[in-house]
Amino acid sequence: MLTELIHELRAFLPPDAVLYEAEDVKPYECDGLSAYRRTAMIVVLPQTEEEIIKILQLCHSTKTPVVARGAGTGLSGGALPHHQGVLLSLARLKNVLEIDPVTRTARVQPGVRNLAISEAVASYGLYYAPDPSSQIACTIGGNVAENSGGVHCLKYGLTVHNILKLRVLMIDGQVIEMGSDALDSPGYDLLALMTGSEGMLGIVTEVTVKLIPKPDKAQLVMAAFDDVQKAADAVANVISAGIIPAGMEMMDKITIHAVEDFIHAGYDLDAAAILLCEADGMTEEVAEEIQKISTIMRESGAVKISISQNEADRLRFWAGRKAAFPAAGRVSPDYYCMDGTIPRKHLARVLRGIETLSVEYGLRCMNVFHAGDGNLHPLILYDANQPGELEKTEAFGARILEMCIEAGGTITGEHGVGIEKLDQMCLQFKPAERDLFHAIKAAFDPDGLLNPGKAIPTLHRCAELGGMHVHRGETKFATIPRF
Amino acid sequence: MLNTAEDLIHKINTAAESKRPLSIQGSNSKLFYGNQIAERAPDILDVSNYSGIVNYEPSELVITAKAGTRLTDLETALQTHQQMLAFEPPHFGENATLGGCIATGLSGPRRAYAGAARDFVLGVRILDGRGNDLHFGGQVMKNVAGYDVSRLMTGAMGTLGVLLEVSLKVLPLPTMEITLCMSMKEVEAIGKMHQWASKPLPISATCFYENHLFVRLSGAESAVHATRTQLGGEEIDQGKTFWQSIREHTHAFFRSGTRLWRLSIKSSTPPLPLPGQQLIEWGGALRWLATDESVDETTIRSQAEAAKGHATFFKGNKTSIQAFHPLPPAMMGLHKRLKQKFDPAGILNPGKMYPEY
Repeated sequence: MLTELIHELRAFLPPDAVLYEAEDVKPYECDGLSAYRRTAMIVVLPQTEEEIIKILQLCHSTKTPVVARGAGTGLSGGALPHHQGVLLSLARLKNVLEIDPVTRTARVQPGVRNLAISEAVASYGLYYAPDPSSQIACTIGGNVAENSGGVHCLKYGLTVHNILKLRVLMIDGQVIEMGSDALDSPGYDLLALMTGSEGMLGIVTEVTVKLIPKPDKAQLVMAAFDDVQKAADAVANVISAGIIPAGMEMMDKITIHAVEDFIHAGYDLDAAAILLCEADGMTEEVAEEIQKISTIMRESGAVKISISQNEADRLRFWAGRKAAFPAAGRVSPDYYCMDGTIPRKHLARVLRGIETLSVEYGLRCMNVFHAGDGNLHPLILYDANQPGELEKTEAFGARILEMCIEAGGTITGEHGVGIEKLDQMCLQFKPAERDLFHAIKAAFDPDGLLNPGKAIPTLHRCAELGGMHVHRGETKFATIPRF
Repeated sequence: MLNTAEDLIHKINTAAESKRPLSIQGSNSKLFYGNQIAERAPDILDVSNYSGIVNYEPSELVITAKAGTRLTDLETALQTHQQMLAFEPPHFGENATLGGCIATGLSGPRRAYAGAARDFVLGVRILDGRGNDLHFGGQVMKNVAGYDVSRLMTGAMGTLGVLLEVSLKVLPLPTMEITLCMSMKEVEAIGKMHQWASKPLPISATCFYENHLFVRLSGAESAVHATRTQLGGEEIDQGKTFWQSIREHTHAFFRSGTRLWRLSIKSSTPPLPLPGQQLIEWGGALRWLATDESVDETTIRSQAEAAKGHATFFKGNKTSIQAFHPLPPAMMGLHKRLKQKFDPAGILNPGKMYPEY
């Protein structure tokens, strides 16, 4: 079957676009969640929509699974290949097709990098707002699949708020346009359904994004606190005062030390927590807002407040936050990033819970997160070479996610479920809800060929886990059942 | 009276068994919107008694309420904490409910600048066509666990499920709001709206009617003042009343024809040569057309399509005109399959959206 498939693919794809030798498919064995690796039967690298249609038609008729992949920066294993499947790389579709500065939109191919969109439209004074940390590398197609956020999404929204139209291929190669060049479209909101669907419903071949004018000014307040609770209260106080900051990020002590060693951003090493709070917009309103924010920080008990006086300052303050991941990599051989989201009011409580678990599991955990929208990114530090430590890490992570669900939150704010959080999906959703997810999938992809085994756990898997008692580790590497 | 979720579930189960269609109703403020239900005398599923605010914490920017909650009650609660529903949903009736607001998915003047109803929906609790009580999304700002069923429900006209509870993101009320008016021709106004939108100005609504362009500025005092100087025009006293009349369709324009069409199109489209009166909102992206029976549906729909958008027969003598713009066959197929999954017996508002399901 492999030989036949390769033969048929090579009939319309150039030789360098069909990979199947072990050493050629190896680079595609994992995405940003490298603890999970699997080799694809075939990797295809098409360059046009016509080629993708033919690939899908072929896979459809031969019942071959298809896993789409952008830049492979995903953190939940959503692009983990399928042993008997085709890995469909969209990285070669990287053209900006159209920029309309008047309506402030751009039509781009899925392989265009997130940051490349903003670069392409910068001369018009516009930019694309969602800015996931991986924006230098990650593609817009992947952003749509995961509904990516970033540090500015409290004010500017997630991917779903910043795209207008998608051109989508169904598994049988049919083209469907979702959304439109207007602000809405007739029928169901399939644009929203498609966003964040993790490659399970269709293959995106074009994305029309909304662009927004660059603010005249952005300024940052950095506030240090001697107590996490006070920092968490400050976050609530800013919001309660009617301010929607452009970004509001928090780092805990262990993170501050790790990044300060590395970046020298000027963070207060005595602080228990640091808040970075940014205001942007017209020069006049930024000045007004920054003043209000500083006052609130002081009243909330900040022990030290610094305000960026120029762009260099601002970027330096941000540099530490943005370097949290590489900093984790410097202080530990491996780290595991979680993505739970909770109502803000539970921030301090959940952080204390994580601290307790950290002691229980004997693993350090750095906390950096989007405080404005309650999206936590605990980074569990571990060493994969120590026998049993990965399993311990995963168990620790699972406990954090359970705590997020208990706090009325969710297991994933922006990284997606992928292969990683299937077990926690059993906790967050009841059987009837998961049934409906499978039914939605079947309405798009009746044979279950698109990214099988990801995002939504089978009833069988959840049943085996046994209700609320998720036993960690044991099932992680088991073969994922297909549906 | 149907007061509890159990009552509603029981009614759905009975309807599903007998395959008797249900017409989902709140206060009936938007009964005119969409098509008539396929069944002549459907049973009524009245959700208006399933009401009340479930949870509201201003510092979380989230409010959760039952579907029968009156929009005015919701907005009053938000106002107490200087917050608002930023998509400015039209009520079209004093008892308009949250359920109807989300089921129709309609948004008001602020839509082009703050987002639509669907952008603010964070989570829902629904009953599907089998009477299953289901939760999707949640009360947090970011949530990518599972497919986005919450937003799918928005604007689905009750055809996929009965809304029980909705969680919405809310925003602070702007500290200052003023309305400017300037006189100019339509083509010039469309140009101006785009010119302004390409700068980071605190514009929260635009409207063009009878050679007057109205623009609302909302935000920090300093920003509003600076923008006012930049834009020029006259500040009007009755700004609030004016925008209310656009939002609620009480403005005289909305009575100037026997049929009201809603054309949602690419914002930069030049003035549309259609007979009747027009009123523009949303920076050019929404064109209301008040006309009569002499203008045929095909002309209107084809102009909307040429302008990369769609036309909705919003209100007027129903006759045989479909409310919503026809869908391409592949799209219709997908809609029917989705409907079948959510409501296999086809009992929830059948035909309300399209005659096909």
